[in-house]
Amino acid sequence: MATTAPYELKYGAATREAFGRALVEAAKANPDIVVCDADLSKSTMVHYFAQEFPDRFFSCGIAEANMVALGAGLAMAGKIPFVASFSAFVLTKGFEQLRTTVAYPGVNVKVIGTHSGISIGEDGPSQMSIEDFALAGALPGFWVLSPADEVAMKAAVAWAAAHQGPVFIRAGRPKAPAIYEPGAAFEFGRANELRPGSDVTLCGTGLLVAECLLAADLLAAEGVSARVLDFHTIKPLDEEAIAKAARETGALVVAEEHLVDSGLGARVAQALARTTPAPVEFVGVENRYAESGTPDGLLDHYGLRAPQVAAATRKVLSRK
Amino acid sequence: MQKTSSPEALALIARQIRRHIVEMTGAAKSGHPGGSLSAVELVTVLYWDVMKHDPANPKMADRDRFILSKGHAAPVLYAAMAECGYTPVESLKTLRQLGSIYQGHPDIRFIPALEASTGSLGQGLSLALGMGAAARLNGESWRTYVMLGDGEIQEGQIWEAAMFGAFHKVDNVVAIVDYNKIQLDGFIKDILELEPLADKWRAFGWHVIELDGHDIPAVQAAFAEAAATKGKPTVLLAHTVKGKGVSFMENNPKFHGVPPTPEQVELALKELA
Repeated sequence: MATTAPYELKYGAATREAFGRALVEAAKANPDIVVCDADLSKSTMVHYFAQEFPDRFFSCGIAEANMVALGAGLAMAGKIPFVASFSAFVLTKGFEQLRTTVAYPGVNVKVIGTHSGISIGEDGPSQMSIEDFALAGALPGFWVLSPADEVAMKAAVAWAAAHQGPVFIRAGRPKAPAIYEPGAAFEFGRANELRPGSDVTLCGTGLLVAECLLAADLLAAEGVSARVLDFHTIKPLDEEAIAKAARETGALVVAEEHLVDSGLGARVAQALARTTPAPVEFVGVENRYAESGTPDGLLDHYGLRAPQVAAATRKVLSRK
Repeated sequence: MQKTSSPEALALIARQIRRHIVEMTGAAKSGHPGGSLSAVELVTVLYWDVMKHDPANPKMADRDRFILSKGHAAPVLYAAMAECGYTPVESLKTLRQLGSIYQGHPDIRFIPALEASTGSLGQGLSLALGMGAAARLNGESWRTYVMLGDGEIQEGQIWEAAMFGAFHKVDNVVAIVDYNKIQLDGFIKDILELEPLADKWRAFGWHVIELDGHDIPAVQAAFAEAAATKGKPTVLLAHTVKGKGVSFMENNPKFHGVPPTPEQVELALKELA
């Protein structure tokens, strides 16, 4: 799928919308799929599921702790629960339950956190989730997925439904730039190379994948050949792709809509230290909470755009 | 195992379970004897009389489920499961040792016949309601029993779950509160009072049965009434005595989380002869 053709920015569905639609498709094929909701079905888009399968939809009210453990109980009796809320709520108010009733006994619960990152916009930091890779990734046995667009989300939902074990899927609120052609292949746990390159590797996830592609185009005009990898899987991390990138391109930039200290970048740096040390720079949210604004305005203001990815690349190239 | 409805036979089994609890916690030199001893009749009646289960087929699809949400009372559950034949009786005294299947709190990784790993208070009622909801969705008749500590229901998640259970009419779930009136730091009335507890559960939409949790016929009658109650879940408020059966442990907050000394084990076993 890797191509050197310039990236043409066009928007598809939000990943939360894609999740809601894909869940209905998965549930048609698998009668064991059930949903637990905490009064956000019209935001997380599980209302599509509720309309189609009212008997398999459990309205928990605004009570995330019970919702997560209820999901664990359903799973222990053979169901495949998709437990959905904003990332900011399910991972914080439900964290103890995720740890004790899901991760520790290794129960087959799927957790969907929507409205991740700062791009939810006007609602502000109490609803934003910039800690979700850290929180979900801290739980042994959890897979942590971060699909970039609707095609990736569709594949992620189908994969999660078939996978035996806990999974967290991160979804976003705004329309997501289209990255993949319908039907594109995914191997979860393996990063996708979207652009070949030899001077540097740009590691993106979620909305930042498109920014990495746009940055690669900016850098190409300067004569820099940038490889672009989509980390649709944060955990388990594709250490092989990272080590290969370090060997073949000698420098990396990681870009994510997450706290820099505890996100994909920190995991990539750990993998590099363990396998193939190389200079790496980070684009993300630096040790602070954001504020209200339009999604685009916030991504600009907090520097989660292609120009910042390109600037980080120039910096990392100077360290090679 | 031989199932029985005879109160006399159940009382004999209960006494044997009490002896195990004393010996296990004494051997471990740590653990929670008081809240294990208070739950003995409730657990005994469930495993020997009420629940459909088969130690030879622990994952039987239509078995009734039991979750010990107050996971620190693991000794009572381990003793019952061992006497039923799920796990070895002879290694009960390895409780809490490295590598023992009898972990400090119930751990499904070590005993797959358990229904849940517990220990962090407040979780079990939600798990039970999830299981009950799944059974109903499947049109299956098995029931789920979950034992809660009285101190445990200070956890907010219990009341989230209570609202859920009544609203969704999960009437195949029975919660049992082992109401021994003592928690780690002392008497519940001095830590954070629960009363009026029956009114609270009723206000949350549950069918409430108050009983003496050591009176075997009363426990049997309560489970029968729960099974006959449709349209709402049932909670048993089982009034019990912490440390029941061992004179110097009874109603003594010290024995929430302190094991008997070797001398105390000997004294207790004499009382339980």
